[in-house]
Amino acid sequence: MKQRQKTTIVASACLMVSLAASSFALHRVDQLRPQGTLDEVLFLSSPKVIKRASLGYDGLMACIYWTRAVQYFGYRHHYYATSYNLLAPLLEITTHLDPHLVVAYEFGTSFLAPKPPHGAGQPERAVELMEYGIQNNPDNWRLYYDLGFVYYMELRDYKKAAETFERGSHVPNAHPFLKILAAQMAQHAGEYETARMLWTATLQTTQDELIKQNAVEHLRALRVDEDVQHLQEAVTRFGERTGRLPASMSELVAAEGLAGTPADPDGHPYKLTPEGRVEVRVPDDFPFATKGLPLGYKPAPKFHALP
Amino acid sequence: MRTRIAYIASNTFREAVRDRVLYNLIAFALLLSGAAILVGQISIEIEKLVVINLGLTAVSLFGVVIAIFIGIGLVSKEIEKRTLYTVLSRPVRRWEFIVGKFFGLAGTLVVNTFFMAIGVFAALFYVSHKFVRADALILVALYFIILEFLIICSLTLLFSSFSSPLLSAVFAFSLFVIGSFAEDLRNFAGMATGVSRWLATGVAYLVPNLSAFNVITSVAHEQPVARQLILHNTLYAVFYATMALSGAVLIFERRDLK
Repeated sequence: MKQRQKTTIVASACLMVSLAASSFALHRVDQLRPQGTLDEVLFLSSPKVIKRASLGYDGLMACIYWTRAVQYFGYRHHYYATSYNLLAPLLEITTHLDPHLVVAYEFGTSFLAPKPPHGAGQPERAVELMEYGIQNNPDNWRLYYDLGFVYYMELRDYKKAAETFERGSHVPNAHPFLKILAAQMAQHAGEYETARMLWTATLQTTQDELIKQNAVEHLRALRVDEDVQHLQEAVTRFGERTGRLPASMSELVAAEGLAGTPADPDGHPYKLTPEGRVEVRVPDDFPFATKGLPLGYKPAPKFHALP
Repeated sequence: MRTRIAYIASNTFREAVRDRVLYNLIAFALLLSGAAILVGQISIEIEKLVVINLGLTAVSLFGVVIAIFIGIGLVSKEIEKRTLYTVLSRPVRRWEFIVGKFFGLAGTLVVNTFFMAIGVFAALFYVSHKFVRADALILVALYFIILEFLIICSLTLLFSSFSSPLLSAVFAFSLFVIGSFAEDLRNFAGMATGVSRWLATGVAYLVPNLSAFNVITSVAHEQPVARQLILHNTLYAVFYATMALSGAVLIFERRDLK
């Protein structure tokens, strides 16, 4: 074997061994270092500074920060985190870098507004973000729709919701349902039918699969809430009439003259507890339901919950 | 005269190719294809935006780096290798040498940009599965990037005509950064008073206004670019590059090469 070939073989072996060894060492370092301290740091928090530092390539920087916001939310949401401290700053940086990045307003609001664990529970920050979006994209009717949605669903401010839908209905090429929604808000705010109308409108007007899926989940949860409310009222009526609680769901069905055993959207019959509570059988199937959940129910954590 | 300039330009181009400058295309292709495939999985609804933003930003930054690092050596390397004396001993004037070098470097960057543009459109087709009329706006952004290269090339040649390669690189890169802030400088001039106002206004007009050539973000959002802007940016780039080249010629003509 020539000297050169020997050197090649030895150098190649050294390269492979040291690559494997360095990877192993890094893996050990990762295990030793507390990961949390790295996750919660935003080294540059001023949107203006970041915009200057991007040397005019702010569009690319906005895409990077938007991806970071998505990753941050996705990671914490996956682990049922209760705090999302960096989400609002990340979204503010993203939208200051590129004020026309409409997707950041649309999804950003749906990340910020809902209560944990579905979102950051910061509806006021969501409103600020959306108002900034409207200021920079005044002809985009969807932004008005999303803002009205936050006022209605999260802040329960029906007057503001109606005003926002009304403002949006004046935008050129606005979807006609904005006008209908504005009127519906004024007359029937807080009713299931109005909420159903909003989610149905979302389902019908979006092209995004994630938003569609979210809307379907909310519509299913709305049906559960409404069913449970009606059944709970029936239990109360039964108690007032007979002075006791119904022994079973079939007794309640017979007494109320219902067509059949009421079932949730998945076809599972609702159950009646000995205490007279109407509950769904598989609460994990309805993550957005607010009624019919067992007492003290908490969604099963996928792994370990983050603070 | 034209033949001599063309000859120097083609030699500069060939030299750049021999220096494996076009290898940057491989890095560009990997970057873009990686982004096109990955972004859809780690982000939401920005695949097309990322391809356009990343593609055009990479075209611009790769080009600026090439313009600076090749441009700084165009004159000094010829002096160091003593090939300049061979060239100038023939019937070639010093200004023809500078202008030839400029066109050679600009040509290299145009060819490089052409291949990168093909990459950008291929990645765009991969994520969108079709082209729309608004995608033609990318060509305008690419044209502006080439205009930016003309300015950077002329500036590196200007610095290269009197300074060492290291200092030329520092000067050119600094002007690239300052040029990106040119509009802030002009705003500052607007707010200042007295002598500082005149001084700031003078500096604002002296440094290249590179931010005017950056339409990447608006093109990514399919916002049209005004024809007047295309015309005036073209005029600005031509005049500015001519100004810097004239400066380079003036200095190089008087330089003692002994």
